[in-house]
Amino acid sequence: MSLTPLTLGYIPLVDAAPLIIARELGFAEQEGLALSLRAAPSWSTLRDLVALGQIEGAHMLAPVPVATALGLGGLPTRLDALCVLSVGGNTVGVSTALADQMRKAGHGFDFADATAAGTSLIAAAGQTLRIGVPFPFSMHAELLYYWLGALGLEAPQALDVRTLPPPLMAEALAAGDIDAFCVGAPWGSIAVENGSGELLLPTSAIWSFAPEKVLATRHDWAESEPDLAARLIRTMWRACRWLAEPSNRMTASEILARPDYLNLPAEMLERSLSGALVISPRGDQRMTPGFLHFHAGAATFPWRSQAGWIAARLAARTGLDRDAAQRAAKQVFRSDLYRDALASTAAPLPGASEKLEGALDAPTEVTTQSGSLVLQPDRFFDGQIFDPAAP
Amino acid sequence: MPDRLSIVVVEQDRERALLIVDSLRASGDHEIHVISERHGLARLISERNPDVVLVDIASPSRDMLEELTLASSPLDRPVAMFVDQSSDSLTRAAIEAGVSAYVVDGMAPGRIKPVLDAAITRFHMFQSMRAELAATKRALEERKIIDRAKGVLMKARGLSEDEAYALLRKTAMDQGKKMVDVAEALVTAAGLLS
Repeated sequence: MSLTPLTLGYIPLVDAAPLIIARELGFAEQEGLALSLRAAPSWSTLRDLVALGQIEGAHMLAPVPVATALGLGGLPTRLDALCVLSVGGNTVGVSTALADQMRKAGHGFDFADATAAGTSLIAAAGQTLRIGVPFPFSMHAELLYYWLGALGLEAPQALDVRTLPPPLMAEALAAGDIDAFCVGAPWGSIAVENGSGELLLPTSAIWSFAPEKVLATRHDWAESEPDLAARLIRTMWRACRWLAEPSNRMTASEILARPDYLNLPAEMLERSLSGALVISPRGDQRMTPGFLHFHAGAATFPWRSQAGWIAARLAARTGLDRDAAQRAAKQVFRSDLYRDALASTAAPLPGASEKLEGALDAPTEVTTQSGSLVLQPDRFFDGQIFDPAAP
Repeated sequence: MPDRLSIVVVEQDRERALLIVDSLRASGDHEIHVISERHGLARLISERNPDVVLVDIASPSRDMLEELTLASSPLDRPVAMFVDQSSDSLTRAAIEAGVSAYVVDGMAPGRIKPVLDAAITRFHMFQSMRAELAATKRALEERKIIDRAKGVLMKARGLSEDEAYALLRKTAMDQGKKMVDVAEALVTAAGLLS
């Protein structure tokens, strides 16, 4: 059988793993796809390459297709999220100077309590807290606004969230241009490794089941190539299931570490995959179960309520109509295509495509079309519940 | 003059920036600023308050410009990524050539087209020059390593230069490796043993 060539773009990050594993371990080939991967220098360029049809799809920040649907940034070409590729996996870090100050003021760096960490950070930072994020339309930015906003810090007066490419974060931290950062793995660990920062919090402590990256394609492509889209969804689902096996982490980190991909020490990548993060240059380690999900709790299912949450947040801070934004956003999270693609497989498919976000405190079994599924805790640090149907 | 455009070029390489400026000047009487600073890019741009921002798409700094597309940015005038009203062919050509343009919302495509055309030509030329330079550098590096490996073999086994080269090539073929990889391993091993 001849394979269908297909190119996906990615940014060299730990959570590009589903694409890399799909190619290297033959999950793409199993679906008849000859998968090529292309690394991009920036999120805006990756988005434009997809929008202009130079590549079929990409590993994309979950808010990017939503922002595009709302007319924020980039070309007006509609992008769809065919599936989620990862949940969580980001860390908030602070400069070593700020960390010392917070420690003196009594903060324990437990790497778990978002209220305590946020309160201590706000107290230590002074007038305006300046935090670097990789992209304006990112879960990094949304979770920071949510977390610090709930603790009383108002943007833009007291909170200045700035876009900085991750390779420049450490430099900016050292130069005093920013007080803190929120980045995806492995950049938090790199800041610790080179002594420029300490990790304060995993973003899973802010929202324990936040969709992080999605597989994005052009809407037109997904509509005109339903068979290819379905094969791509199945490929990603299988790669994500493989990645979720703890016994595969070592192999996965070795593959990701290769010069062609992340070109970093495998040991550092394994820390992110296992959630055993080193949080300070002195070597303090914290275990964070659920730091990064690829598969558990139907992690790859593109919940329309997740798109709704992102849209509600984006609308609030850009002055758009909340209802219209949510309606537009829900259309681009293609739970319909996901269901069609995986109906013939063992994948458990949730009974609904929307849920209350933030309602689960513990793993919860729910019935599905074919059996049952254990959803993972998805609570927000402040106990709020997001109802996608609420006006 | 109302037709005068204010253009900011984000480019770290000074020589390249100058050439881009030259070609933009040739396309019309514009006010052109080059920003090479990576820190505070959004702030520096908003101070200039330009009509057009041109940036290399290979630069990770491009993501910083996305902030300008948000209404809440320090820039008063909203900025959009340039899209030709009738088709996206010009944007596509720009992206292929490796340049991205951010344009103040509502500017007529007719005014921006000559600027973008000039930028595309210049960026395109640079892209191929850059690729050529990288390939040449790599070839030189490889030759240096192979020469050193030949030297190691000639000294250690008393071979002639041709024989040393032939041995390297045969070993590479037998092991299914690139010659430069075999040479590199040999040079490293020789360094460790000496």
